[in-house]
Amino acid sequence: MTSSVESLVNQQYKYGFVTDIEADTIPRGLNEDVIRLISAKKGEPPFMLEWRLRAYRRWLSMEEPHHWANIQYPPIDYQDIIYYSAPKSAKPLASLDEVDPKLLQTYEKLGISLSEQKWLSGVAVDAIFDSVSVATTFKATLAKQGIVFCSFSEAVREHPDLVERYLGSVVPYNDNFFAALNSAVFSDGSFVYVPKGVRCPMELSTYFRMNTANAGQFERTLIVADEGAYVSYLEGCTAPRRDTNQLHAAVVELVALAGAQIKYSTVQNWYAGDEEGKGGIYNFVTKRGKCAGAGAKISWTQVETGSAITWKYPSVILQGDDTVGEFYSVAVVNGHQQADTGTKMIHLGRRSRSTIVSKGISAGQGNNSYRGQVKVLPRAEGARNYTQCDSMLIGNRCGAHTFPYIDVQNSSSSVEHEASTSKIGEDQIFYCKQRGLNTENAISMIVNGFCKEVFQNLPMEFAVEAQKLLGISLEGSVG
Amino acid sequence: MLEIRNLHARAGETEILKGIDLTVRAGEVHAVMGPNGSGKSTLAQVLAGHPAFEVTEGSVLYDGRDLLDMDPEVRAQAGLFLAFQYPVEIPGVTNAYFLRAALNEIRKARGQEEVDPIEFLELVDQKLKLVDWGPEVMSRQVNAGFSGGEKKRNEILQMAILEPRLAILDETDSGLDIDALRIVAEGVNRLRRPDNATILVTHYQRLLNYIVPDFVHVLYDGQIVKSGGKELALELEAKGYEWLTGEAAPA
Repeated sequence: MTSSVESLVNQQYKYGFVTDIEADTIPRGLNEDVIRLISAKKGEPPFMLEWRLRAYRRWLSMEEPHHWANIQYPPIDYQDIIYYSAPKSAKPLASLDEVDPKLLQTYEKLGISLSEQKWLSGVAVDAIFDSVSVATTFKATLAKQGIVFCSFSEAVREHPDLVERYLGSVVPYNDNFFAALNSAVFSDGSFVYVPKGVRCPMELSTYFRMNTANAGQFERTLIVADEGAYVSYLEGCTAPRRDTNQLHAAVVELVALAGAQIKYSTVQNWYAGDEEGKGGIYNFVTKRGKCAGAGAKISWTQVETGSAITWKYPSVILQGDDTVGEFYSVAVVNGHQQADTGTKMIHLGRRSRSTIVSKGISAGQGNNSYRGQVKVLPRAEGARNYTQCDSMLIGNRCGAHTFPYIDVQNSSSSVEHEASTSKIGEDQIFYCKQRGLNTENAISMIVNGFCKEVFQNLPMEFAVEAQKLLGISLEGSVG
Repeated sequence: MLEIRNLHARAGETEILKGIDLTVRAGEVHAVMGPNGSGKSTLAQVLAGHPAFEVTEGSVLYDGRDLLDMDPEVRAQAGLFLAFQYPVEIPGVTNAYFLRAALNEIRKARGQEEVDPIEFLELVDQKLKLVDWGPEVMSRQVNAGFSGGEKKRNEILQMAILEPRLAILDETDSGLDIDALRIVAEGVNRLRRPDNATILVTHYQRLLNYIVPDFVHVLYDGQIVKSGGKELALELEAKGYEWLTGEAAPA
């Protein structure tokens, strides 16, 4: 079995190619002039630049969250990062026909078609390449229902009032070190606004691609669902194979007003580094949603298989009464990957409910930590939380850790926490083999069974993709 | 069908099988009996290819092929089935999904078409009757939350669906109440055909009241110390194992 495990680990990362394209790249390093330059390149209104500079000044006085997360990495030299890189051809385009064919090919190769005709399943895509959005599909179709789906840069220019109103309303610029950095230098991302009572008729999705070496990606996504609106949003990510680590510090803010629902799904497959742990993406991300009005619901589903290091806690602030927050997560570490991920559910509203299902899979020498906070404030009478946190270990060189923080400040609420750790046993694999399945099919079946409660929350196409990805991430992981 | 010659096997440094000889022909039912620790279950596991055991000497031919040279899944695909003493749980995977995947691997190996979920459910429908179960068991997770008796019944259901040529039942009777024992035995009996064979590994004679063997072998300290017809089992029941183990003990 050892050889099959090794071939699995050494499997080529299939999205590791580099697109050779002329880029408008600013010199490495960060100072106020760089921020002014980014803002000017994007033609931003003054409020935006002001906000960036405030964030930058705050960031200068903040400390990297090195001490509490269960991850290890050498110090990051923030002056050695390129903060803006865009394909030269990426100007505002009148139609998809004007997109540089090289970019279209890049996305084709990643399995993302930017041609609207090719999408049968009704998914609108915003394609982000390094620091800019290169194309957004189905914009016109969606606009008919008043839905805004565009790149963040475009939103800043076209809908400054909406941006100004909601930007930073869930993740303030001074929230944490990486969020502050993002607020100062964020380049692009997606913006969604679904008006009152509108149910978005298709899945919206953003595909993030990092291409330029030494460039960081700092995208910012803001999704606002007005009263009674519904939207389902998907996010996918890949990057080339490189020997050096690259920083990805994103911020995602979700705002659900009364009765609105936002479903946010992520399949994260950034380059994870090679067998020796060299290279790979540092995925330091702040994601948070606010159920601002009564009866609002936010649901996060994530499948995290890539990145050298993952540090992210998609959270929900349950502000309104009768609000619902959900977090379903599968995090896989193999090779030398490290993940410290989980969620925060902050209960403010009466009878607010939250569900957390976390499945951590550790293989190779990977290190996987679940970190979750459930906080129930005095006002949140009758609040409920259910947490289930399961870890699976494959092999004996990996690690799994659980760090739950529970803080209940009233007596009418109930909080449940269940946790389990299992080892994918030789006996389970042998049982499957005795029934005719080979080792790889056996592992994939056992692991998929373990993750089932999470996968069933993903939209169909994504669920299939996630299952395949899990198979690839774990190939050869049993020794 | 199966020819075991001078089979030696060990787990770590401990030698457990110390020269087993056994021939099983199509259509036969063999019972392998013996006290605890005699190597019965090891024999079953070695035949199925469990990686915890290392074969140090001897040979096993299965339909003329070198069984010991085949991976466990290849043995299964060639029609060797082990009903586990302790069936393993696979949470999150339904019986239907698991068994259809297994059946299709076996069918592929035989050059047969795979069955789709609808054909599979039709096929399963008849097999469920053998173990007196309704279709709802197919949407339960493999052995997870099953009682001990249900797990054993599930093994027989799997056997019925996979239609092995050689079935090895490892202590399938242990821990069963009389009703469950009857259901399990009935299932095994109905699956007997002239072209397949069964090895029953058991500690007690009780099972043999329901499944009548053609041959009975007594295993002691890694060797077969006595073979005979079904009457040997009754003799064991009456006298215990001591008269044989005494005989076999080294001078």
